[in-house]
Amino acid sequence: MYKKIFLTILLLVGLLSPAISFGEESVAPGSQAPAVTEAVEAAAPVAADIGAKLEETITINKVALDTVWVLVAAFLVFWMNAGFALVESGLCRAKNTINILAKNFVVFAIASVAFYIIGWGLMFGDGNPFFGIEGLFMLHGADNSPAMGEAYKGVYSSMNWTGVPLYAKFFFQLVFAGTAATIVSGAVAERIKFLSFIVFSFIIVGFIYPVVGHWIWGGGWLAKLGMFDFAGSTVVHSVGGWAALAGVMVLGPRLGKFGKNGKINPIPGHNMSMATLGALILWLGWFGFNPGSTMAADAGAIARVALTTNMAAAAATLTATITAWLLMGKPDLSMILNGTLAGLVAVTAPCAFISVESSLIIGLVAGVLVVVAVMFFDRIKLDDPVGALSVHLVNGVFGTLALGLFAEDRFMPGTTGDGLFFGSSKLFVSQVTAVVGVGVFTFVVSIIAWYVIKAIIGLRVSEEEEMIGLDIGEHGAEAYHIEPGETYPVVRTEERLKSL
Amino acid sequence: MKKVEAIIKPFKLDDVKKSLNDLSIEGMTVTEVKGFGRQKGHTEFYRGAEYTVDFLPKVKVEVVTDDEMAAKVIEAVMEAARTGKIGDGKIFVSEVEEAVRIRTGESGKSAL
Repeated sequence: MYKKIFLTILLLVGLLSPAISFGEESVAPGSQAPAVTEAVEAAAPVAADIGAKLEETITINKVALDTVWVLVAAFLVFWMNAGFALVESGLCRAKNTINILAKNFVVFAIASVAFYIIGWGLMFGDGNPFFGIEGLFMLHGADNSPAMGEAYKGVYSSMNWTGVPLYAKFFFQLVFAGTAATIVSGAVAERIKFLSFIVFSFIIVGFIYPVVGHWIWGGGWLAKLGMFDFAGSTVVHSVGGWAALAGVMVLGPRLGKFGKNGKINPIPGHNMSMATLGALILWLGWFGFNPGSTMAADAGAIARVALTTNMAAAAATLTATITAWLLMGKPDLSMILNGTLAGLVAVTAPCAFISVESSLIIGLVAGVLVVVAVMFFDRIKLDDPVGALSVHLVNGVFGTLALGLFAEDRFMPGTTGDGLFFGSSKLFVSQVTAVVGVGVFTFVVSIIAWYVIKAIIGLRVSEEEEMIGLDIGEHGAEAYHIEPGETYPVVRTEERLKSL
Repeated sequence: MKKVEAIIKPFKLDDVKKSLNDLSIEGMTVTEVKGFGRQKGHTEFYRGAEYTVDFLPKVKVEVVTDDEMAAKVIEAVMEAARTGKIGDGKIFVSEVEEAVRIRTGESGKSAL
């Protein structure tokens, strides 16, 4: 027993030592205190000297401001985990609440560990067009952030366009990786084994997401092709969506979802208040997700991106409401919420490269698409309890294509160029290539992963467990545990006598 | 003694309670129940698919009273709970053998 503990400690020390030594190295470039003192001391002599020192001070302040902005945005994106947890558990049945909340909670912990150990390196390390090779493990590569552009001499050169410290870059990218994994959770809800979901989450954050990320954000083949995805309609949302689609196909529908003769049986969610609060939290979180992806407190850009993001969300909310009303007979609240999220997902890729007018149009389309997609997935018997496929996959793809249609060079000169609607087809072709390439890769790798997990530890809970609920089956507890007599306050006899 | 059991529309509970109070009925038991009669259920929508709710929510009011009062109680409940539309509910009357007040041990009519 003691031997085992000793070995474990030894192993942990071994694993952490490179990280510890790196932590010491990073103090020098990151620390700004000596530079500030120098600036103060230099205030007296020659004017040219003052000029140089002034410039240095300005640079230091810019780095600080950018870092604060990036971290605040990252904290907002982190909070989207709360949004996903509430949306997903609200749209599922009471008997599976603990299971869904537990999945959503551990998934960010999994992402934190997996993205640190290998994900970041695969995604942003210098390497070949398909994955990163240098500085692969635990942020261990050489780095002199916040130096930018030509001045950057590290191994994560695809991130040299932002002037914040390495840890800020990492943390911001980490919360995005966490989001991709969370998307899967809702689609496979109410029937997947807890352990199988955990294993898949490690695979998506440690391998699938970073590889696709490298293609687009890590200087890989799609980036070289001139494909753009500002905040991740493809990198985050359609990757999560394709992985979810594979999962839904391998798992099969929930018991009783599809009756004989093609009848679709609705399985109503148990708490629409939770779902609504969750959707609002996600809407707020997106103001970190999109404007934060500037990774600099660039006043004009972050204000415009905040506006395009909100405009698409608002437009999609309205068209989803109307579409549901017309096609389904009632303005279904769960479809209204899905509509908002659809607009947000769709505008994620183009948000920085388009006008506010274009974001309005993108939102209008996204809201219709999401409702039609929900009906389509039901029709082809793919059971997605929360609409994750319609929101993240369908609108992730649409948003990526929309960038190719609506982009205008004037917003970020020298990046996207003009989209199809503004006279150039090159960008649109790159966007289509990315949709196909990412779709094929993610879907194929995911389906293999799901089948391997199924073969080794199994994927689906037993029929009996599914009927009793995963809360009792997987976690041995109930989310809404009420003993007889606990519903009403118990008045003690002594207190009652006193009051007489 | 008789037990009058009335299954009524939930939003009529207040009216029924008031008119029973007017008869000086001193106690009643109320339960939230579900069920259907000739009214059957109704349909609801969730994410584009229609489904039937077979068991509609109702309220069951139980009053135990002496034999003479029973007819008045039935009358009062009928008046108060009627909307004239399908689904107004039903009243069942049955014989009660004994009643005991737990605090004092009184039994029969005086326990009511």
